Amino acid sequence: MSLRTEFVLAVEGLTVSFDGFKAVNGLSFYVDEGEIRVIIGPNGAGKTTVLDLICGRTQATGGSIKFRGKELTRMKEHAIVHAGVGRKFQNPSIYEDLTVFENLELSFPRGHSVFGALAFKRDAEVIAEVESIAETIFLTDDLDKSAGLLSHGQKQWLEIGMLLIQKPDLLMLDEPVAGMSVAERKKTAELLRRITEGRSVIVIEHDMQFVEDIADRVTVMHQGKMLSEGSMERVKNDPKVVEVYLGH
Amino acid sequence: MSSRNQIRYFERKDLIGFALLAVLLMLVLPAFLDVFRLNLVGKYLTYAFVALGLVLCWGYGGILSLGQGVFFGLGGYCMAMFLKLESSDPESTAIQSTPGIPDFMDWNQLTELPWWWEPFYSLSFSLLAVILIPALFAFIISVAMFKRRVGGVYFAIITQAIAAILTILIIGQQGYTGGVNGITDLRTLKGWDIRSDEAKTILYFVCCVLLIGCLVLAQFIRRNKVGRILVAMREQEDRVRFSGYDVSNFKIFVFCLAAAISAIGGAMFTLQVGFMSPTFVGIVPSIEMVIFCAVGGRLSLLGAVYGTLLVNYAKTSFSETFPELWLFAMGALFIGVVLAFPNGLAGLFQRYIEPYMPAWYWGKSKQPDPSPPPEPKTPPAETDGPPEIQESNAPTVAKTKKETETETLKGGQYVPAD
Repeated sequence: MSLRTEFVLAVEGLTVSFDGFKAVNGLSFYVDEGEIRVIIGPNGAGKTTVLDLICGRTQATGGSIKFRGKELTRMKEHAIVHAGVGRKFQNPSIYEDLTVFENLELSFPRGHSVFGALAFKRDAEVIAEVESIAETIFLTDDLDKSAGLLSHGQKQWLEIGMLLIQKPDLLMLDEPVAGMSVAERKKTAELLRRITEGRSVIVIEHDMQFVEDIADRVTVMHQGKMLSEGSMERVKNDPKVVEVYLGH
Repeated sequence: MSSRNQIRYFERKDLIGFALLAVLLMLVLPAFLDVFRLNLVGKYLTYAFVALGLVLCWGYGGILSLGQGVFFGLGGYCMAMFLKLESSDPESTAIQSTPGIPDFMDWNQLTELPWWWEPFYSLSFSLLAVILIPALFAFIISVAMFKRRVGGVYFAIITQAIAAILTILIIGQQGYTGGVNGITDLRTLKGWDIRSDEAKTILYFVCCVLLIGCLVLAQFIRRNKVGRILVAMREQEDRVRFSGYDVSNFKIFVFCLAAAISAIGGAMFTLQVGFMSPTFVGIVPSIEMVIFCAVGGRLSLLGAVYGTLLVNYAKTSFSETFPELWLFAMGALFIGVVLAFPNGLAGLFQRYIEPYMPAWYWGKSKQPDPSPPPEPKTPPAETDGPPEIQESNAPTVAKTKKETETETLKGGQYVPAD
């Protein structure tokens, strides 16, 4: 049992059923401290649903999700965030009517209650933090720009930046390089490697080259269940995986 | 680099806008209008409170409420109950079978004042109730809805149903509420006759001061982090939620704030017009208030005030000539505004006028010199189109327009549409 507590995230027997259809079925996996875990699998395998379950967007039908010993399945979304779990959505979810600065500022972990927000002051700490994150995500020159004017890739980076400023212990990224140009992909891989230092990350991705670049371990999902797990090398040579996913 | 400074609550252009509105309402209109018309404008301004609440709630928060009349009405009723009790002293109600209770209770065979009317003998309680009762009611509604993630169209329909229910309740409980006539024949406030010309003028100024106070409060919210969270929530609710905010709390907050602001308007309505009735609670007035807000521009605080004044002015002149057509005109106006200029008058102003504003307007030089930019001036007309163009040059030209109104408004009797 002492081993169990070392995991950042322990998912056990996780099941969710939508009107009888089991989108995730008895899934178990464990994420270590500082590990980059990539979840791959064909469309409809339940990858995004797993992230939804962890961050509280979807309620699990059964099983448990323990984050640093805390049971997440019964917690509210915002409480899960405060516990240290950050989530990036598949489509860039940013606030297009606000500036890049304001987007980042809103994610700064202070003033989360109504009255906290009313009393919120844009002090030197906030400004310094926003500027340092902006530098990390290559957006220093665009801070005063309206976020709606950014390119698709820049929007993805901005959302990653919005997560970074929350300083989560577990970062979950849903297809972070989808729709990016080759140059942007490269930059994003580099960005991810930098930001994953000192935190655990779960990534959903289809781009195999990208997966190979970043993954410590890979989980392959198929029809809501785990098909295979291990290093990229091992997974690539697993005949079951080749059949359902990598073969085509 | 502007965004990296401390948050500024008032930029130069906001200050100019607020100052022009204050000058228009508190100097220009009183100078050119007689007491009757000033009182009429005062009545319109009470709707502007509701429109202002809708800017925050709908424009910023994305929560469309089609039941703001409920809060306007509750605020107005709280005020009316106090005034009614004061005018129902035993001497002036001596002919009733039970002297000392409001006349409508006597007609309805009530022999004593209901217990929940008792606290309204106190002015301080009544003034608190004006704000707190509607806010509490809004709190109950919004907790019930937003904690369950009811939103959008469903929320709008539910608020509309609540407006209908409250109207029916008020009309049905005639003995306690005055029924369909409402609470009428209000005379004095702590012995001060509110029906005199002098009182009406003073109440007009009180209304203006309160409105500007609410505008300043709304500006503070808008520029505050809460304002940015509201915008963020409107666009990407999930992103806000997964950034660690309990979204429902912010919705509850803004809905209650809008309710409280509307209620102040309702209380000022009762004071200035001298009665309160269920016609201001129901669906039609609630939707009208949304139209005022949409015409003014749902993202503009000042736009809400100009939109309210303009639509009501049009309504007064138009419904005089074609009373039965007014509701159709109003519907057409709403559809027209949503289709052609979704950001209302304020949107037109920002798009066509603001770019030509000189440097002082943006806060670069020191000398404000209000000279309106060239703009085709159309006569005050009852059609949907022209007033927009005209009002779009905002405060400065609106002044001259209000001056001409003195002529055209003669005998402009307001007829509540419902």
